[in-house]
Amino acid sequence: MSTTLNVVTSQEYKYGFVTDIEADSVAAGLNEDVIRFISAKKGEPEWLLEFRLKAYRHWLTLAEPDWAKVDYPRPDFQKIVYYSAPKAKAPKYASMDEVDPELKRTFEKLGVPIHEQAALAGVAVDVVFDSVSVTTTYKEKLATVGIIFCSFSEAVREHPELVKKYLGSVVPAADNFYAALNSAVFTDGSFVFIPKGVTCPMDLSTYFRINNKESGQFERTLIVAEEGASVSYLEGCTAPQFDTNQLHAAVVELVALDHASIKYSTVQNWYAGDKNGVGGIFNFVTKRGLCKGKGSHISWTQVETGSAITWKYPSCILLGDDSIGEFYSVALTNHKQQADTGTKMVHIGRNTKSTIVSKGISAGDSSNSYRGLVKVQPKAEGARNFSQCDSMLIGHTCSASTFPYIEVQNRSAKVEHEATTSKIGEEQLFYFQQRGIPAEEAISMIINGFCKDVFRELPMEFAVEATKLLSLKLEGSVG
Amino acid sequence: MLSIKNLTASINGTPVLKGIDLEIRAGETHAIMGPNGSGKSTLGKVLAGHPAYEVTGGEVLFEGQNLFEMEADARARAGIFMGFQHPIEVPGVSNASFLRLAYNKKAEAEGRDELDPLEFDDFIHEKIKVVAMKEEFLDRSLNEGFSGGEKKRNEILQMAVLEPKLAILDELDSGLDIDALRVLGDAVNKLQRADRALLIITHFPRILEIIQPQFVHVLSGGRILKSSGKELALELEERGYDWVLAEAAAGGAR
Repeated sequence: MSTTLNVVTSQEYKYGFVTDIEADSVAAGLNEDVIRFISAKKGEPEWLLEFRLKAYRHWLTLAEPDWAKVDYPRPDFQKIVYYSAPKAKAPKYASMDEVDPELKRTFEKLGVPIHEQAALAGVAVDVVFDSVSVTTTYKEKLATVGIIFCSFSEAVREHPELVKKYLGSVVPAADNFYAALNSAVFTDGSFVFIPKGVTCPMDLSTYFRINNKESGQFERTLIVAEEGASVSYLEGCTAPQFDTNQLHAAVVELVALDHASIKYSTVQNWYAGDKNGVGGIFNFVTKRGLCKGKGSHISWTQVETGSAITWKYPSCILLGDDSIGEFYSVALTNHKQQADTGTKMVHIGRNTKSTIVSKGISAGDSSNSYRGLVKVQPKAEGARNFSQCDSMLIGHTCSASTFPYIEVQNRSAKVEHEATTSKIGEEQLFYFQQRGIPAEEAISMIINGFCKDVFRELPMEFAVEATKLLSLKLEGSVG
Repeated sequence: MLSIKNLTASINGTPVLKGIDLEIRAGETHAIMGPNGSGKSTLGKVLAGHPAYEVTGGEVLFEGQNLFEMEADARARAGIFMGFQHPIEVPGVSNASFLRLAYNKKAEAEGRDELDPLEFDDFIHEKIKVVAMKEEFLDRSLNEGFSGGEKKRNEILQMAVLEPKLAILDELDSGLDIDALRVLGDAVNKLQRADRALLIITHFPRILEIIQPQFVHVLSGGRILKSSGKELALELEERGYDWVLAEAAAGGAR
């Protein structure tokens, strides 16, 4: 009776190609020498090496967290390659012409809008391939208004004072197991700095891709918006198909000063493993934004469709009075995927506001959990939160869970939480089919309706991609 | 148009239809009546292709085509429409976009031009007059928060939009007050044409005073026990179903 559902929800991964490029890698395994190697390879200053080593030594004292509702074989951290860069004459490409044509074809296959496509789309793109940032388009144009948008390595070289000032200021190196690991071994990532009063004239975008079979990806993103500045940042991710698990442990830090605004959107489509749960990315990411200044505003929007395991809680620390934190999330799991994702909103300043809208979709044998913390500290007079957590189940063998944690230490605070669970069943599909709409299109329409509150927060172009991606993940139309 | 021969069907291994024979020609209106649990809604769902039911025997031809070789959505595009007893609610999907997609799927199958949102807007504003629906219902999520009567109104609107060859209306009268029943009954009458057929599934004869059938069939225990003209509906109204069942048991109607 559920054959239609099974057929339409068991579609394969279309980004599973491997790009054949020679990589410059360090041997697998982790010790202080590997960290020194990475740091030396990147020509880093002494203070950054110290930051890494301190993080590493702290990491050795930590145990891998086990509180999330996910079940997976623990990675062997000595089998991971911590540095893998596409081989090239110079460590950095001077222009797009120097980029390996094979690599460019990869991005074309992915539909990454670098080059003229970028100009048309009005998107500035930083592409991180395994560990090294390949190219940043639009850099000169942005520089004329004082915006810095470059790879993390370049920021370390060109703007060390900014990196030193903000690195680890939101996610300390000792924050958690994976953040500590990232702090020790991160290889590249993106850096954005929007100076006082500047509104970034275009969406900034990074595309991450893991290509090497044994490599982990540990990127580091730091975005700083000074007083009155604003920026919208997009992040996309894919990986080839391998039957082994690959580790992705990123750290993203956002800092918003007085009346600054940062909008961070992610469409995550890491390889999720096959139908039987073999292979796929372990996505253990720490993302946190600090609303440091008065009236600052940080908004996270994520569409999580990939990864075998997702462990991710983009959070906001609402330190400045009247600051605003938002979290809009769609998390889709299928087959044997497991996701434990949500957010933390920590209200510290007065009259701080937060909004959480989470939509979880589970299909196949997957498990999808929302885990969120709303914390109102004693001085957060007049704090307000609204949370809406909806789950949708497709079929009979998946599960959805909601774990809301609410800690309120100020009597004037107002915290609301709503949750629903619904199911796409045969009856719903039959209704659509009876109106002449094929099952696949029906599922797509129902899911898009379910996610509407989140999709309308995405930049137009991303919203279209996200809509297509969800359809692809659940439909059998593309082989 | 529709030819049903010795149709048997079951759900979860339990036989529900035990040999149905029925001929429906273009221009005709048939009513299937019967006590609760008689299998009359099942007949509608089997014809429409509901996946929960398994066809275990017999044959159904729709305009000469074997119905059971078509998926439910293909049957709909070929011109079979079912008005649901309990239409489902779909949050976030606007009624108008659902109607347009359904319309365009059928238009595409028939080689007609699809309508863009603006063209569809003009088209649908004419159609909603047929069922006296307020415009605001077009922008609302599909059936979400609709009252029972509004949902049924929406079903008939969909029928008006899709212009089916065969419309199966399952318990259209349930959840309707007498005024709403009058409006929707009149709407269905207006939609009936010489090249279209209606199959009204109902427990109560009341609706048949408005949508008048030429043929009335009493279904019980998965079989048609009695077929007659519209006067049978009146008799059922007065005497209930028991006498038909008794007659069938005594008279040896199989």
